[in-house]
Amino acid sequence: MTDIPAADVRIETAVLPDEPSPFTSGGGTMRAEGLTAWFGKHCIVAGVDMDMPAGSVTSIIGPSGCGKSTFIRTLNRMHELVPTAAMAGQVLLDGVDIYAPGSRPALMRLRIGMVFQKPNPFPTMSIGENVISGLKLAGIPCRDKAEMTERCLTRAGLWSEVKDRLGAPAGALSGGQQQRLCIARSLAVSPRVLLMDEPCSALDPSSTMRIEETIRDIRHQVTIVIVTHNMQQAARVSDYTAFFLADKGDPGRIVEFGPTGELFNAPNDPRTEDYIHGRFG
Amino acid sequence: MAATLPAAALPQPRKLRRSFREAVERPLLTATAVGVAMALIFAVTPLSGLPGWALCTYVGFVVADAFDCYRTDGPVVAKDRIATILVSTAGVCTVVPLILIVAYVVSKGLHGVTKAFFTETLEKVGPNDPATVGGGKHAIIGTIEQVGLAALLATPLGLMTAVHLTQSRGRLAQVTRVLVDAMSGIPSIVAGLFIYTMWVVRFHEGFSGLAAAMALSVLMLPTVARTAEEVIKLVPNGLRESSLALGAPEWKTTLRIILPAARSGLVTATVLGVSRIAGETAPLLMTAFGSDSVNTNPWHGAQSALPLFAFQRVRNAIPSQIARGWAGALVLIMLVLALFTLARAVAARGRKGP
Repeated sequence: MTDIPAADVRIETAVLPDEPSPFTSGGGTMRAEGLTAWFGKHCIVAGVDMDMPAGSVTSIIGPSGCGKSTFIRTLNRMHELVPTAAMAGQVLLDGVDIYAPGSRPALMRLRIGMVFQKPNPFPTMSIGENVISGLKLAGIPCRDKAEMTERCLTRAGLWSEVKDRLGAPAGALSGGQQQRLCIARSLAVSPRVLLMDEPCSALDPSSTMRIEETIRDIRHQVTIVIVTHNMQQAARVSDYTAFFLADKGDPGRIVEFGPTGELFNAPNDPRTEDYIHGRFG
Repeated sequence: MAATLPAAALPQPRKLRRSFREAVERPLLTATAVGVAMALIFAVTPLSGLPGWALCTYVGFVVADAFDCYRTDGPVVAKDRIATILVSTAGVCTVVPLILIVAYVVSKGLHGVTKAFFTETLEKVGPNDPATVGGGKHAIIGTIEQVGLAALLATPLGLMTAVHLTQSRGRLAQVTRVLVDAMSGIPSIVAGLFIYTMWVVRFHEGFSGLAAAMALSVLMLPTVARTAEEVIKLVPNGLRESSLALGAPEWKTTLRIILPAARSGLVTATVLGVSRIAGETAPLLMTAFGSDSVNTNPWHGAQSALPLFAFQRVRNAIPSQIARGWAGALVLIMLVLALFTLARAVAARGRKGP
């Protein structure tokens, strides 16, 4: 077992001057190197090395408490929003360390979007306003808002259901529709990577199916990293799968990482086999 | 098919609540019995008069009713019954004094609230004039100007303080919270004295509506800040996170997402702050000072205000002046009520979502 480095790496939140235009399309390549994360003195995940190739879907599976969510939150600097959070290692987006001194969290999050477990459309905005809210919040000019709204909602598979009531409050949608609205909202700022933290765990099976369809539709335009409790879902939607596991009192570590088919059909590690066959977790 | 069923075939809905008779008659009978018994006990206790008898009866009623429930339905039901009675009593004890106060002020002040009260001042009022002559126009103007100015000073500061308390993670926020709490404990007379010594005397500014507004804003600030803080804390963290995950800077997240989501609560915070200061009298004594004539200029010269008006009238020995004081108090209550209604309407307007 490797030694866990000490939690002395404080997260820098300095200001960087000129950044290239945020308008990018197509997926970006994500890479985590030696990623370790703490809350206070408590180490949650340690030494994760993982490649998330451009334009692919990578799923992260593992039992509760193995650090999946913490890991995915370090990938777009959401982890540091908790006051006691600390991290070590590197997260590279297209070869550039997003934690480099001087890099701005807001700009990194613009490139690496996130969809959360609980659908959370902005309650004070209408459906249409929610879609383009990211552009407004990030200060990105948009010439044709109507077209942008339609394009994002279409990509998220929601357009036909809401096109006649874009002015209606977002809170009136069903849970599944709200989650697709959140995906549309994330897509509007043209992220290179979209992180999804258990996006279907609050949804019913048919809504889950719609979200999975959406993931399949947008996979070539944006790199997707999805945390899921549902192994069938990982097998259905992802190209690569990582299996995380935490021994009692130990931080979570990556047990196995590989193409989804190989990991599910011929796992190298006996623990992976036990987990995917439901023998624990 | 329920739709095709004739009306007569539909079953009668069952009674799900106890009837009034059941709910009240038995306890009432118990209470009467207890009351009579208590009247006898009361002869040997130090309690006296109607309040003493009522208290004895109440305690006896709770005990007897609980015992009655215990006998028929067991300990769980009896405990539930006691809790219900105590909680209901607390509710009644809160509402009754409020109703009594308002009713008393209305009964004392209503006949003084005439058209003249809103259009005339006390300039030409002599000691023998009836209460319907002269009015509190100058005091109404003063109150509106002073409270308005105080709200203008304290609301932005209070809301920004609340944002600081909730959104920043530094040590300063904790220090600020403690200080704001301490500030809410400042006696209003001290706030008045402070403005008096600093502004009125040291800076030679003299009495003015502005001085009163400054003293009032000192009292309003902690109320607004702490209430707004609680309201902002209620906004789900997911909203903040999803805004940040869209690449929004923190200040835009606060301004565009969190504050709009807390909007109606923030209006409530402001209204609570205004209600806190609208009735303050002590700080006005040394800042606005009071006057019998209209002074529309809040920057300079003594001004009256409704609480000050009421205080100064009621201290008078002449009945007509005392009646004017009550009228002033009633108008003050109406003013605060109107403000409250307006604020609720504003908060409800333009809200989206269920």
